[in-house]
Amino acid sequence: MIEIKGLHKYFGDLHVLKGIDLNVAKGEVLSVIGSSGSGKSTLLYCINGLEEIQKGAVIVDGVDVHAKGTDVNKLRQNLGMVFQQWNSFPHLTALENVALAPQIVKKHSKTDALEIAAKQLKHVGLGDKLNVYPNSLSGGQQQRLAIARALAMEPEYMLFDEATSALDPELVGEVLETMRMLAEEGMTMICVTHEMGFARDVSDRVAYFHQGIMEEIGPPEQIFGEAQSEHTRKFLANVR
Amino acid sequence: MSNNMSFFSGFQPHDLLFMAEAAGQTLLISVLSISTGTVFGIIFGWMLQSGNWVVRAILGTVLDVFRSVPLLIQLVLFFNFFPIMGWPLEPFAAGTFVLSLYTASLVAQVARGGIEAVGKPMRRAARSLGMSYWQDMRYVVWPIGLRAVFPAWVGVALGVMKDSALVSVLGYVELLRASQILITRTQEPFIILAVAGAFYFVLSYPLSKYSQKLEERWAS
Repeated sequence: MIEIKGLHKYFGDLHVLKGIDLNVAKGEVLSVIGSSGSGKSTLLYCINGLEEIQKGAVIVDGVDVHAKGTDVNKLRQNLGMVFQQWNSFPHLTALENVALAPQIVKKHSKTDALEIAAKQLKHVGLGDKLNVYPNSLSGGQQQRLAIARALAMEPEYMLFDEATSALDPELVGEVLETMRMLAEEGMTMICVTHEMGFARDVSDRVAYFHQGIMEEIGPPEQIFGEAQSEHTRKFLANVR
Repeated sequence: MSNNMSFFSGFQPHDLLFMAEAAGQTLLISVLSISTGTVFGIIFGWMLQSGNWVVRAILGTVLDVFRSVPLLIQLVLFFNFFPIMGWPLEPFAAGTFVLSLYTASLVAQVARGGIEAVGKPMRRAARSLGMSYWQDMRYVVWPIGLRAVFPAWVGVALGVMKDSALVSVLGYVELLRASQILITRTQEPFIILAVAGAFYFVLSYPLSKYSQKLEERWAS
């Protein structure tokens, strides 16, 4: 379970997150929507400790992410993250990209790491690209590679930061399909996304962020059907 | 017979051996300076990239001095400084020291560029997998950064090897100094400088060829 309590985040003078309270239960799929600069991506970075926070707490399975003495490297193994930019390691093949962290972080033998990597690449539909370098993969394939790379650490949670925003429109589908598959397998997911179709169809709950505040959260039927907040309705009207 | 009588004599086969030995000295001082300088340059480059502003300001200024002051002046100043203090220094030691420092000041900027070539998003991706700072450095930043700046490093290394000729002013007999000695004796500057040039080429060529091979391999 991910518990976010009274979270405040500043970039210098800029108050990016203004007191967020949010719980995400095991097995839940939460979509976070909102316009750019609403703080939704920053929220993800605060959850896995890639950004420091100024007030409040993020607690993952009882461990305070930002407390002194917390082993964030260990914690992050349980919090897979997929970014807007896929960030494939260009000097490694697809298989090596995925096998690297299991080998050096989890200390698996090379053989085991490669086996895990091959399994995860097949899982995301890249079974025929094992020995290909990222520069000969499409954006969609590289993003699926990034998903496989995160999954290889066998995380219990997956954080998606606008995973399809940088993709050509015709490549968005294959990545969403992969995310949908993970959701169906019961993965706990927080997806910052602009894909309203995905948010509506796949999520258990949808949260709308507006200027650093979680304006509204509820099941998709509520958010997309009878949103309580004026801001939410306005945002959705403009998106559609 | 007449050769022995005259102060001057033509270029002779054993002079080639003399030059080959001198080329060996050039190679020795170059390899020592480039390797030492590169190790320190990488450390300095890392400090320039990740140190706080005090470190960056001080180190940056010091390295700028070594980069900007002509090597010839650095060599003469350093070589003469120690005898004044009462510790005479071998030309070889002084030359190696100054050349290493000079190399380090150049490599520091190359290394800094290499680290910066690996963007923050890439490094966050590595860290998000649970890699520690040093694992990220070793397995992600190093290989990607190295590929980005390797040609620049080769440029520095070849430059330093040629600049090692300046150590001749301290009296160290390397390739250029040996050539000057022979020119004085033979009065045949053209042939001797051509031979010296050929030696420099032979010393440089393997590195530039090897780097070309590496770059081709990385590109595939």
